[in-house]
Amino acid sequence: MATTNNRIVRALYDDDDTLMSAVKQVREKGYHIDEVYTPFPVHGLDHAMGLAPTRIAIAAFMYGLLGLTTAIVMTRYMMNIDWVQNIGGKPSATWGANMPAFVPIMFELTVFFAAHLMVWTFFAKNKLYPGAKAQNPDPRVTDDKFLMEMPLHGDKEEMVAFLKETGAIEIKEEAAAH
Amino acid sequence: MHYESPIREPLILGDKSYHDITKDVARPVETAAPRSWWIALGISLVLFLWGVGCILYTIGTGIGVWGLNKTVGWAWDITNFVWWVGIGHAGTLISAVLLLFKQKWRMSINRSAEAMTIFSVIQAALFPGIHMGRIWLAYFVFPIPNQFGSLWVNFNSPLLWDVFAISTYFSVSVVFWYVGLIPDFAMIRDRAINPIKKHVYSVLSFGWGGKAKHWQRFEEVSLVLAGLATPLVLSVHTIVSMDFATSVIPGWHTTIFPPYFVAGAIFSGFAMVQTLLLIMRKLFKMEDYITMQHIEMMNIIIMVTGSIVGIAYITELFIAWYSGVEYEQYAFLNRATGPYAWAYWSMMTCNVFSPQFMWFKKLRTSLIFTFIISIVVNIGMWFERFVIIVTSLHRDYLPSSWSMFSPSFVDIGIFLGTIGFFFVLFLLYARTFPVIAQAELKTILKSSGENYKKLHGKDGHH
Repeated sequence: MATTNNRIVRALYDDDDTLMSAVKQVREKGYHIDEVYTPFPVHGLDHAMGLAPTRIAIAAFMYGLLGLTTAIVMTRYMMNIDWVQNIGGKPSATWGANMPAFVPIMFELTVFFAAHLMVWTFFAKNKLYPGAKAQNPDPRVTDDKFLMEMPLHGDKEEMVAFLKETGAIEIKEEAAAH
Repeated sequence: MHYESPIREPLILGDKSYHDITKDVARPVETAAPRSWWIALGISLVLFLWGVGCILYTIGTGIGVWGLNKTVGWAWDITNFVWWVGIGHAGTLISAVLLLFKQKWRMSINRSAEAMTIFSVIQAALFPGIHMGRIWLAYFVFPIPNQFGSLWVNFNSPLLWDVFAISTYFSVSVVFWYVGLIPDFAMIRDRAINPIKKHVYSVLSFGWGGKAKHWQRFEEVSLVLAGLATPLVLSVHTIVSMDFATSVIPGWHTTIFPPYFVAGAIFSGFAMVQTLLLIMRKLFKMEDYITMQHIEMMNIIIMVTGSIVGIAYITELFIAWYSGVEYEQYAFLNRATGPYAWAYWSMMTCNVFSPQFMWFKKLRTSLIFTFIISIVVNIGMWFERFVIIVTSLHRDYLPSSWSMFSPSFVDIGIFLGTIGFFFVLFLLYARTFPVIAQAELKTILKSSGENYKKLHGKDGHH
C-alpha cells in the first residue's frame, strides 16, 4: 500500500448511483480505493474501480475439458480395454465404434467438472467457507448501504470534506485491522 | 442508466426502497410461523412417515408388495420417478434459461422454483433406489470396481446415463442454488439478533461481505452456471425419455420422446411452481414481488408447453398409423380405446384441453382459475407417464400374458409419502430461507420498480 500510515477511511453511501459517481470522483482525485462493499452487484462498479476482469469462466472451460477427458479415458478403459463385452450385439471392441453411446456420459461429466470445480474455485478465491468470519465491516452493507474503504491519504480533514461532497452520509477513520 | 420502457409493467409494486425489500424477504424468517404453517407441516409429516413405513416394508419384504406382475414390471415407481424429475425442470428453466434470455421477471420466483427443483429431484431419486430391491447394493450403479470381479457398469445403457444425468443435475442445481443464497444468508445474518440464529446464518453465509471483486466473480459464476445448466436440464429429461425410447416396446420406441418429454417436464414444472407460489405469495404477503404479471407469464408458458405436448400426442398417433407397423398401431389404439382409455382421456383432457383456456386474458389473470389449472395439469402429467408406461406394457406380444395393473396400498403409500416429504422440505425451506433472491431483485428496483418507473415517466428522465 502506497500510504504514509496504516489508517483507513470508510465512507458510507445510501444510493448506488451516488456511490458510482463517488467512486469515479475519488479515483479522478488520485485516491486509492481498497474495497467497496455493496448489498447487490452494482453494474459497472468493477469497471469504475479499475478491477481486472475475472478469469473464472476460463477456469470453468478448463475444468470442462478435464471432465470430458475423464469421461473419454474412463469409458475407453472400462468398456474397451479392461473388460470387453458383447452387449446386445452392439459394437464395443473399439471406442470409436462405441462412442455414440458414451456421448451422454461425456456431456454430463463435462458439466459436472466445470460446474463444481468452478464453484470450489469461487469459494477458495473469495475465502468463503462455512464458519468464516463475516467479511463486511458494517452489517448495513448487506441491506441498503454502500461502503467505500480507502487508506488515509494526506490531510484527514481535507479527505473527509471531499468525501462529504461526493455524497457520503457517514465517514469514519480508524486503524486498519488487516 | 436505470431506464426501462414505460410500456413494460413494473415488476416490483408499491413504493419500495432497498431496505423494504430486505425487510419483506427477511420477515418470514424473523417472525413466528402462523398456525396454518404448523397444520400444513403436520399433515405433510404424517404423509411422509406413512411413506417411510411403506418404503421400509418394501425393503424388508421385497418389491413383491407392490402391484407389479410378470407383464407390468414397471408401473407407479417409474411413473412417480419421471413425474418428480419433470416437475423439477421448471426451477432450472426459470433460473438458467430465463437468465440467459435476460428475463427480469424470473428474479422474484427463481429461488423458490429452484428449491422446488431440488426437493422434487430428491423424491425422484428415491424410486430407482427402492425399485432395485436391494438398496444396500445401490452403489453398484456407480463405475467402481466391485468386490466380485472386475465387471464394470454398462455405459451403453440409458439407465446408466440416467444415473450420471440425475446426479449431475441434482448436484449442479444444489450448488447453483447455494451460490445464489450466500448473499441473502449474509443479509439475514447481519440482521439477526438472537445469537444462535446469527451463528447458524453466519455458517450458512460462508462469511460473505459483498466485496466488489466478489460480486464480479459472483455474476460471472452465475452466468456460466446458467450456461451449463441450460443444456443440462434439456439433457436430463432427454435421457429419462431414452430409458423408454431405446427399448423395443411398441409405444416406447419412438424418436419423438426427447423433445416431447422435455416439453412435458417444463409444462408440469411450471404448474407446480404456480401451485406453490400462489399459496406462498398470499401467506407471506408477497403480492408486490410475485405480481399478476409473473403469474400471467407462467400461465402463457403453461399454455405454450401444453400445446407442444398436445402436438406430440397427435404426432405419436399419426406416426403409429403412418408407420404401418401393426404392433405400434395396436399399442396406440389400445391406449385410446382399450381398458385404460379412462387414463388416456384423463391425460388428454388435463394436458391438451385445459391449458387452452389460458388464451383468454380474463382466465389467465384469475388466481383461482390458475390454481385449479395448475393442479389439473399435474394430475394430467402424472397420467401421461402412467399411460406411456402401463398401457405399453400390459398387453404384450403374447395375449395369454395380457394383464392389468392395480396399485397395492404400498404403491399408493410411497407416492403419498413422497408428496409429504416434498412438502415437509418446502415448508421448512419457506420459513428458514430467504424465499426471494433479494440481492438480485435489488438490482432491478430502479429500472422495474413501480415508484421509480412513475418517476421516470414524470420527468422524462432517462
